[in-house]
Amino acid sequence: MDNLFNRKYIVQGLFILISLILLGTLFYIQVFSDKYFLSAKFNVLRRIYTFPARGVILDRNEKILVQNEPVYDLMVIPNEVKPFDTIALCDIIGIDTVRFHKNFRKAVNQSRFQPNILEKQLSVNIYQTLSEQLSRFPGFFVQSRTIRQYPDSIAGHFVGYIKEVTKKDIERSEGYYRSGDYKGKSGVELAYEKELRGERGVVNMMYDAKNVPKGSYAEGKFDTAAVSGEQLISSLDIRIQKMGEELMKNKIGSIVAIEPATGEILAFVSSPGYDPNLMVGRQQGNNYMELLKNPNRVFNIRPIMGYYSPGSAFKPLDALIGLQEGVIDPNTTFFCPHYYKAGNLKVKCEHYDGDIALRLGLARSCNTYACYVFQKLITQRKYKNQRIAYDAWQKKVKLWGLGDTLGVDLPGERTGRLYDAAWYSEKYKQRKWGYTNVISLAIGQGEMDATPLQMANIMAAIANRGYYIKPHLVKSIGKNHVISKEYVKKNYVGVDTRHFNPVIDGMQDAVNAPWGTAIESRIDGIVMCGKTGTVQNPRGKNHSVFIGFAPRDNPKIAIAVIVENAGYGGSYAAPIASYLTEKYLKDSITSKARLAQVEWMKNQVILPLPPKPKIKAKVISGDSTAKDSTEKKVLPRPNNIRQTISTK
Amino acid sequence: MINQQSNRFFFNVDWITILVYVALCIVGFVNIYASVFNVSDTSFNFSSNYGKQLIYIVAGLVLGFSILLLEAKFFSVFSPIVYGVTIILLIVVLIVGRNVGGNQAWISLGGGFRLQPSEFAKFGTALLLARYIGNFNPKFRDFKSIAIAGLIMLIPLTLIMLQPDAGSALVFLSFMFPMYREGLSGYFLLIFLGMIVLFIADFLVPIQILIPIILSIGGFFVYQNRRKQKLMFSAVLVTAVAIAYLFLVKVAYEKVLKPHQRTRIELILGLKMDPKGVGYNVIQSKIAIGSGQLTGRGFLEGTQTKYGYVPAQSTDFIFSTIGEEWGFAGCTIVIGLYLFLLLRLINLAERQRSTFSRVYGYCVACILFFHVFINIGMAIGIVPVIGIPLPFISYGGSSLWSFTILLFIFLKLDSNRMGFI
Ligand SMILES: [Zn+2]
Repeated sequence: MDNLFNRKYIVQGLFILISLILLGTLFYIQVFSDKYFLSAKFNVLRRIYTFPARGVILDRNEKILVQNEPVYDLMVIPNEVKPFDTIALCDIIGIDTVRFHKNFRKAVNQSRFQPNILEKQLSVNIYQTLSEQLSRFPGFFVQSRTIRQYPDSIAGHFVGYIKEVTKKDIERSEGYYRSGDYKGKSGVELAYEKELRGERGVVNMMYDAKNVPKGSYAEGKFDTAAVSGEQLISSLDIRIQKMGEELMKNKIGSIVAIEPATGEILAFVSSPGYDPNLMVGRQQGNNYMELLKNPNRVFNIRPIMGYYSPGSAFKPLDALIGLQEGVIDPNTTFFCPHYYKAGNLKVKCEHYDGDIALRLGLARSCNTYACYVFQKLITQRKYKNQRIAYDAWQKKVKLWGLGDTLGVDLPGERTGRLYDAAWYSEKYKQRKWGYTNVISLAIGQGEMDATPLQMANIMAAIANRGYYIKPHLVKSIGKNHVISKEYVKKNYVGVDTRHFNPVIDGMQDAVNAPWGTAIESRIDGIVMCGKTGTVQNPRGKNHSVFIGFAPRDNPKIAIAVIVENAGYGGSYAAPIASYLTEKYLKDSITSKARLAQVEWMKNQVILPLPPKPKIKAKVISGDSTAKDSTEKKVLPRPNNIRQTISTK
Repeated sequence: MINQQSNRFFFNVDWITILVYVALCIVGFVNIYASVFNVSDTSFNFSSNYGKQLIYIVAGLVLGFSILLLEAKFFSVFSPIVYGVTIILLIVVLIVGRNVGGNQAWISLGGGFRLQPSEFAKFGTALLLARYIGNFNPKFRDFKSIAIAGLIMLIPLTLIMLQPDAGSALVFLSFMFPMYREGLSGYFLLIFLGMIVLFIADFLVPIQILIPIILSIGGFFVYQNRRKQKLMFSAVLVTAVAIAYLFLVKVAYEKVLKPHQRTRIELILGLKMDPKGVGYNVIQSKIAIGSGQLTGRGFLEGTQTKYGYVPAQSTDFIFSTIGEEWGFAGCTIVIGLYLFLLLRLINLAERQRSTFSRVYGYCVACILFFHVFINIGMAIGIVPVIGIPLPFISYGGSSLWSFTILLFIFLKLDSNRMGFI
């Protein structure tokens, strides 16, 4: 027991020893060393943040799409403010005293000792005037940061915008964001936030009693430099993006163009669009609210969110699956009596050709042909019943990227619509349904919707003769030109290469043969292959659709154009696609006649009537012509485009 | 009758300890006041941190003296229940707890009150450990008694580790000292020390160098004791365990610790230079303390601790305010007060007739010791930032009350030392 009693001294000895260690260390820090001593002369040590420049976004030819512009935040440390001329300061920064006092109170509530933002994003001019007179306003100083600037005012939906972080953002970021920081809220800015944002730097600045900075503490040993965000080379081509936006002005719809070999998105137009420059600066909030008032939903990213029946544009896919399954060959003919009849359902056709084979069927967009192929596919003997056959068909269609998101690197992509057999069994209450119930799928209608991106992607897969690469918006990131692996992988669509040429023949004729339905998209010197579609719109006039690729051999561009409420596919979508393709492949449109057509097209106004006419529509996106919201502004077409071809 | 009895008990209470306790509470209040002090608003405010702390202190005193009025037997008899309840609370907090600062440590009681069960688990564990040793007087010569005592300590430790609150969990290791006092071999403490040394070495020395070193040291002892089979066997075993431990630490480090905790350890060991400002807190704290110099900048004159440079200024980093405003002199007084309290508690524990009271006294002293050492050590940068409060000084009701309960239960036991429990 005595032995154990002595252990008391060991425990007490340990207490004394540790206390001495603590005191010894304290003596070193407080008395012996001056390493940690901040002399009275340098009264205060303050953390000054240096903000990194956000990564610049370039187009595929390294032309600037998004750049930075310096702005200046007026900061205040309430506790260091001494009486000053409030009105003079308000005059300089251009706000009234009411707003000033409101902001000042907010700053005081946040912290009396720490720098708070009093007024955000002052311009360079204001900054210059202010900095000359800053000594009149003790406790105030200016902190510089950058905001976004868009030289061409284009591609708002694509690049997205940045916004001040919310409380939730700050919590979620685990210490990265601080109040007053900015963060990507949509588009590429959001998708590549981590790469673009860079890293904040810190300077530990010493200040004397008069609030004069006296240099960095410990010769900057504890400072960190701001690291700029990574430069991002997008897949976009400014030339056709800009032209596309101009062509879609005062129209509703989308354009998506893809480089088939790489899956890189060349153009990404969502109309109505907005000038991305409206989404920066002090007026951001107001501009945003104004844009929200547009009944045509400016912030809807139509290329990845819009649902459209692919319509006739689906027919090449139908034929390709037929060829692959062996239910048809290129010479198989069907008799088209001007309609297709299955049960009590009748699908009309608008041409008179009698017996029709693959090439003419596609060129003429024959509904009967498409329906027969579909009928053959679903009634194949090898399947036990038509439901099973349908499921097999649906899986093949899904391989083309329909019915699910493609995985584009842009937030908000929607899946489109394509159902499996179980869904139909549910719909038809377990009755034995068959191909007649779903025949409209053969012509891309009924329970099938695709986004414009999915349609363009189908064209890319046809252009590649059998595979696609996930469409993406970024070519490379940073100095090392990194790109995610999923964006180089080939996704095969399950159709052998040899089956493509007969279908492409038909698509070539659709554009280039006098009897083709897409003759409006013909380009001299370029073999374009494509397909028009007229998408039924239950709410109004039909949507005009064109999908295609060019040139036929070694294709460089696959494109989908949708113009809402513009009627027949050849009327608007096909010519728009042809102008963009020509511009992309030849760098300019040479023929004067075609240039005039382009100008004519730009001036067309095709907008639905506003839903509630009693509310006076306000002009928002700078489209002064949008005001009257006429259904269609009709001007005579220059160089009469072949409107005489009425076949569809 | 009751009145007489309580008078007698109060008479036996160690007033000197209570005096030190009150002194530390006052130090806490003064420095919390200083760290949230607002130059332009000097009116006293009960909704501010210092105002609340004053309420906590008064409530703590009431709580403390009510404990002195309880029957001393109570603590021994109910220790399994207290322990059980705290364990249940620790499990509950894992399920329904509120997440504060990355740790699932709080149970919301409604009305803005919340409870931190890990604080109360300390005296629950202390009571049960004291009861076990007091009842069975195990001397820790056999595996079974070590296992039982170890389990009493490790159950709450593990549950708190799961929150995950490494700092509070670590405190439970202080129960090794009372076990040591009651007969646990000193080797356990040495092994424990060895574990810490190996842990640090694991980071500083590459494993391909470390393992040959351990093998050669082990080999040396094996060779030395080649004629004494038992010792030789032990040497082999210790070497094997040491190497296994090294790998275990590496794995645990990667899988269990959160990134910010890893960074803190790496910072303390000097492996990393201030990435993303994590080590910045410690530097700021050291600058604040260093700026205090010998006599301090004076009450309310500290600037570093006032501009929000040191985080958790009134809780975990309260010591930097003391250091800046009161200097080395003030720090010496505070550490002196703690040391005096700790030594006195050990002396009081040794004068107990019952083993239960003695063990409990040791538990109290050692828990306080761990807190003081880790908290001040982290403020001056010799211990990783693991965020545990400085007893009686840090802001916060949960911690102040749990330390008060911890201490006053012992004072009650001590005042009753002539009686039998
Ligand atoms: Zn037909």
